[in-house]
Amino acid sequence: MDEPQIYARLTQIFEDVFDEDSIQVTPELSAKDVDGWDSLAHIRLILTIERAFKVKFSTSEIGKLQNVGELVALIKVRA
Amino acid sequence: MNALYSELQWLPRAPREFSERLKNIAHSDGPLGRALQALAQHALDLNQLTKLAKTIETARAKACAGGKSLDPLAPFRLAVLSNSTIDLIVPALVASAARHGLSLEVVQPSYDQVAQEALTPDSKVNRSKPDAVLFALDYRALPLKLSPGDGEASSATLQGTIGYLQALRGGIKSNSNAVCIFQTFAPPPETLFGSLDRSLPGTQRNLIDSINRELAEFVLSSGDVLLDVAGLAETVGLANWHNPQLWNMAKFSFSDELIPLYADHVARTIAAIRGKSAKVLILDLDNTVWGGVIGDDGLEGIKIAQGDARGEAHLAVQRLALDLRRRGIVLAVSSKNTDEVAREPFEKHPEMLLKLEHIAVFQANWNDKATNIQAIAEELSLGLDAMVFLDDNPAERGLVRKLLPQVSVPELPEEPAYYARTLAAAGYFEAVAFAAEDLQRAGFYQDNAKRANLQKQVGGVDAYLASLDMTIAFQPFDATGRARIVQLINKSNQYNLTTRRYTDPEVAEAESNPDVFTLQVRLSDIFGDNGMISVVVCRPVEGGAWGIDTWLMSCRVLGRKVEHMVLREILSHARAAGVHKLCGTYRPTDRNKLVVEHYAKLGFTKMGEEDSGLTRWELLVEGAEPETAPMKVVSQGFFAAVEKSRA
Repeated sequence: MDEPQIYARLTQIFEDVFDEDSIQVTPELSAKDVDGWDSLAHIRLILTIERAFKVKFSTSEIGKLQNVGELVALIKVRA
Repeated sequence: MNALYSELQWLPRAPREFSERLKNIAHSDGPLGRALQALAQHALDLNQLTKLAKTIETARAKACAGGKSLDPLAPFRLAVLSNSTIDLIVPALVASAARHGLSLEVVQPSYDQVAQEALTPDSKVNRSKPDAVLFALDYRALPLKLSPGDGEASSATLQGTIGYLQALRGGIKSNSNAVCIFQTFAPPPETLFGSLDRSLPGTQRNLIDSINRELAEFVLSSGDVLLDVAGLAETVGLANWHNPQLWNMAKFSFSDELIPLYADHVARTIAAIRGKSAKVLILDLDNTVWGGVIGDDGLEGIKIAQGDARGEAHLAVQRLALDLRRRGIVLAVSSKNTDEVAREPFEKHPEMLLKLEHIAVFQANWNDKATNIQAIAEELSLGLDAMVFLDDNPAERGLVRKLLPQVSVPELPEEPAYYARTLAAAGYFEAVAFAAEDLQRAGFYQDNAKRANLQKQVGGVDAYLASLDMTIAFQPFDATGRARIVQLINKSNQYNLTTRRYTDPEVAEAESNPDVFTLQVRLSDIFGDNGMISVVVCRPVEGGAWGIDTWLMSCRVLGRKVEHMVLREILSHARAAGVHKLCGTYRPTDRNKLVVEHYAKLGFTKMGEEDSGLTRWELLVEGAEPETAPMKVVSQGFFAAVEKSRA
């Protein structure tokens, strides 16, 4: 899966998780940019991504994530 | 992970436009209870449940501000006390409760305040005056002291644990008198010794086993309610249930993938407390109660015997139905069949477990099933929401869901071996108590039930037909279709006007004879391709007319106006061939009463009747304009037929 495909899928997932279809999913996007992206929504986001891309992340990987760019890099390694 | 359970496969899949429908509801000012319940009755994942819950909360606030309720959803206030993070579970509970007819409000105290909330008179939970309190505790909440091999210490731990749970109950009972719902405890998959853990006192597994048993007995005698989470976790597998990573990261008691399943179980339990469980199981017969089609395969042909894989699958359905009846569920039948044909296996087949005496209302006729189910409900004087309808045919399920949304209609997998399991997994008949009267109930309804007479039709069938998006395809006989044509000609009994049987060479002869008009008909719809469903053979008779030698149809597509479309097709070819009249014959057999009025319904004029019951009919081609039905028509291969006749 290449980067544009990953971003396209992520856009759908963000819409699903945050119930908000106006989120621009960019590499710089992070929790402070999105309403309702708290620690629980973060877990729901990660779990949805794991299922959608059929990948599993380790606890420390999830803890270190700073923005969407890092998340995509992680997905690319695994998927 | 077993998808039947983790993905709630007894429910239809969520519609593609789920989010749009939610948004429409959010912006609507009308009564929303029904629309919300309808959306909830799909297999929703955690994100969808979360979205739906948000819409429900908004709708409830709006209704409340206007002094209204989310009718017909019944209000219920549930306090949840837990030692784990339930923030993702709460929305799932709200949405799943709507599925079961409840407008659920969840009272959620701060994290891990179980004892404080239960025991303090003016705690958040007790002040909220909940209808019920759910102790959503897992084994980590218990004072479990492991003492392998030490019987005395282990029994002290057991007593300490049960004492703790009883103290929690006592707090709630004296402070708010809510119904207490206790959960059994799912043991973690890790063992210490291995298999020995089960029998050795003081191991985690042995302790949890004893606690669950003692808790179950205590709940049964106290009038509280038990939610068997241990049973649920065993059903999906303990290793699937427990997820140590999620516990470490966020204190989730069990895997997020199983939240929809858990939430549905909580919701059905609360619905049962409110008396909203179903009371009647309505069974389709052909390919549901037995394998095959009684009208076509006959008593010897249907599959219901022990020792036959197909037959055993359907026997399992019968066994479950019978067991349900013994616990008080009323059984009824709705089948598209001639009444006496449908009754025959019940009366004569030695392997049938179900007998006529078990069936409170027996509806075998050719009406649509929504009409029949309504008649059954009226006959039993029970609401439609007390009905569960089991049918292998997706088109019938779709029709009933569309016309009677209050009726529960489980999806069924292709494989009949899973029918019984799917019905049981759906939990329609959840009960929180069992009394002696329950044993009598099925008989009670039965005494009062007479066979309902069905005249009135449920409206909207035409609209439903249009929604099926049907395509009907006509072709003359050809070599590719021949095997199926021969099979239909020799197997169809019910929708068969003349019941003339032809061999393969005879069909091949009709295929190549330029004077014979032949038709093979296929039908597809949104549920898939039904394959070849109708066959017609017309032969020239005196005076430039066509005699309809054979006209048969599969009963699977009854009530779709396929016969009207077939007649239109015959007429157009008759016109092209310069034929001015169609002559039809109905030759009665003991199986084809269904079509006695076939030609009358299609506008033919009756020309005569013989003592045998044989009737003759005619239709003038000129001016004949049969009713049409909403389907796309594809007609192909006839040019070749014309060529053939010219050659």
